[in-house]
Amino acid sequence: MDLSQYLNMFLEEASEHLQKLNELLLSLESSPDSRDILDDIFRSAHTLKGMSATMGFTRVAELTHEMENVLHKLRNGDILTTPNILDVLFQCVDSLENMVGDIAGGGTGERSIDHLVYTLRSCHSQVDERTTLPASSEEEKGSEKDVFSQSDIKIQAENQFTHLSFNEYEKNLIKQAIGQGFNCYHLVIHIDPSCVMKSARAFMIFKNLEAIGEIFKTNPSTNDIEEERFETSFELFLITSETESVVSKKVTGITEVEEPDIWPIQELNLTAAETSFPMAVISHDNGAAANSRLKSSQTIRVDAVRLDSLMNLVGELVINKTRLEQIGRVAQLTELNETLEQIDKITSDLQNVVMKVRMVPIDNVFSRFPRMVRDLAKDLGKEVELIIEGKETELDRTVIDEIGDPLVHLLRNSVDHGLEEPTQRLADGKSEYGRVVLSARHEGNNVIIEVQDDGRGLCAETIKNKAVEKGLVKAEEAAVLDENSLYRLIVLPGFSTAKEVTDISGRGVGLDVVKNKIESLNGTLHIESTLGQGTRFKIRLPLTIAIIQALLVSLENEVYAIPLSFIAETTSLMPDELKKIHEQQVALLRGEVLPLIKLHEVLQVPPAEIPKEQEINIVVVRKGDKKVGLIVDTLIGQQEIVIKPLGKLMGSIPYVAGATILGNGQVSLIIDVASLF
Amino acid sequence: MENVVQLVACSLDGEEYAIDIRSVQEIIRVLEITRVPHAASCMSGVINLRGMVIPVIDIRKRFGLPLKAPGESSRIVIVNWEGLLVGILVDSVSEVMSLSGENIEDPPSSGSNIDIRYFTGIGKLDGRLLLMLDLEKVLDISADA
Repeated sequence: MDLSQYLNMFLEEASEHLQKLNELLLSLESSPDSRDILDDIFRSAHTLKGMSATMGFTRVAELTHEMENVLHKLRNGDILTTPNILDVLFQCVDSLENMVGDIAGGGTGERSIDHLVYTLRSCHSQVDERTTLPASSEEEKGSEKDVFSQSDIKIQAENQFTHLSFNEYEKNLIKQAIGQGFNCYHLVIHIDPSCVMKSARAFMIFKNLEAIGEIFKTNPSTNDIEEERFETSFELFLITSETESVVSKKVTGITEVEEPDIWPIQELNLTAAETSFPMAVISHDNGAAANSRLKSSQTIRVDAVRLDSLMNLVGELVINKTRLEQIGRVAQLTELNETLEQIDKITSDLQNVVMKVRMVPIDNVFSRFPRMVRDLAKDLGKEVELIIEGKETELDRTVIDEIGDPLVHLLRNSVDHGLEEPTQRLADGKSEYGRVVLSARHEGNNVIIEVQDDGRGLCAETIKNKAVEKGLVKAEEAAVLDENSLYRLIVLPGFSTAKEVTDISGRGVGLDVVKNKIESLNGTLHIESTLGQGTRFKIRLPLTIAIIQALLVSLENEVYAIPLSFIAETTSLMPDELKKIHEQQVALLRGEVLPLIKLHEVLQVPPAEIPKEQEINIVVVRKGDKKVGLIVDTLIGQQEIVIKPLGKLMGSIPYVAGATILGNGQVSLIIDVASLF
Repeated sequence: MENVVQLVACSLDGEEYAIDIRSVQEIIRVLEITRVPHAASCMSGVINLRGMVIPVIDIRKRFGLPLKAPGESSRIVIVNWEGLLVGILVDSVSEVMSLSGENIEDPPSSGSNIDIRYFTGIGKLDGRLLLMLDLEKVLDISADA
């Protein structure tokens, strides 16, 4: 069978399971006795094993199999969850990630795993023979094919009773059915673990059984089964006039489905056992996990490229809508304008929906940090507690893709430079556990992401000296800098306050890279710090970077767009209100000195003979807590614009963030406000 | 006949040039070009080609020829160079012609007032001489900005 068509699915699911394993191992680290977590880890490893074996990636399957052996022992309590074992398991996950990465890159996933296998085996060889329980792993049970006799059920029942209650309606149904001479069966269906389309098999089973009777209850729910939210087995309850063997045949006639376990339900069971049923295989798989599975919403996977093209099309639609509006205004056709209002509403709804579709919870980025911080802390010999808040906060996919690296950098920075050594912390009267808080939240049309530590904070003197030493500022300038300007120094290229260059974050890429990245996303980076109490990096990002609100302004004959997110206000002044301080034009705005920038000069706008108003229009833009007034000729109005790149040939143009197409088809440039400061 | 190339012939400052038709996506009339400040001097700006923002090179500036505002016969030749769409502003486009290999020679070492490095060869047809543009060099703005 050609499995290549399933490769993408495999890769996606494999990386999901690996991510989950990482998370679960971390939670296991904090609560080593949790059986639930072990169960979840086991399940993930097991699924991964099945998947990779099916796809023929034997090394992955082999390693997960060995992991399973250890996990199994852990679950049974034969061996204890020690930090050593956890480390080995973490290494296994790393190695698996490596292999899956190799497969994704077109490789075979072949890696030497002998060392890990050896270590894993030595983990469980510590087991005392006496305590080894009779094998009861899931697969073995799953492959038991005997139809249980009554006595079997009792034994099974004693071990594995799960209380699955019937509601009154169901009880009545069973009573009536039995009363009318029908048979009621409880079936446990086992689908071959290597089966790729489990839901399709389930569908066929349902179809076959419904031909001879009525399925009145399933576990997990029919919906979950249809969406493959089960491992290899599920159970169902059937009312039929047929006998057990006929029912069994209906199921076994389907390929990749093993012979089901069937128990007849008697009315007696209902009352005597108080609606308890043996749940041979399912019992393990359901419990807590079933609940969480039920909670997961109905989702489909969509190729990101399709979403991008959908977004592009909506962008085109917005442009053309604006063009139509312009035509409508010029032609003054009432009917057209009415229709346009409708179209306007529909396009903005459509745009909102598409935007929402592209929104991804920031957890996609955050989820890899606990592991990273853990490893980092271990390497540095620090005790770090990472607290993540607001991981459900949603952001546009384009932003999500870009924000990972800056955050990695800030977190490394906090753990490495921000937090002190444990001994130092104790000496300072702090808890030896350093605390790093990573949080995300919405604020208006922005997302705020903060990385906050309770470490040593930034030392103003050190920063000043360093900046002077590096020639970033002159000594006399440094002396008069206020706090905010000081913090801005540390994001300059070539600045690093760490006393020693470490492997962790002293690699020559400084905070300037972080700042640039964030600014390229139309965001801002703000730093707050209190000496001895910690530092907070605050990132403000727009929700999306594809379609934004902008103010259109004209400079002579040219039209430019200024992103609304940067605009504090617009105002107009009389010429005599402009002053000059040291060659810098300024204006007084409500008692504050506002530096002015003449955009004509910055953008080299050729003068055109257009009569101008006497008043000077000023767009006040802000970045962090700095404000600057931009002098423009006229304010045209606010409009939704679609950001388009200028193209590779143009290269990066200073002061220009991109281009957009206006309603009249004209291309207008978007001003890169951040670069004006 | 296996060596025949198809060319788009265009003119610039009285001389004839040719662009391999395989690189040409379309030829359009000059539409409004938005100036881009601080761009390389040979870049006229950007245009809107059916919703795409595409940079336009003024080939006169590129070759150091005397400047001339686009006129009625001016055209923008949209070329697709390795997936990159770029407009080339020319004085006019005359025809599409076929030229067989034996009529193409190496670029002359002198004789034209234009730097020969922008050309792959020189085509001869009925006494006409066509300079064949080397798009790779012409579009490599950063090399000699």
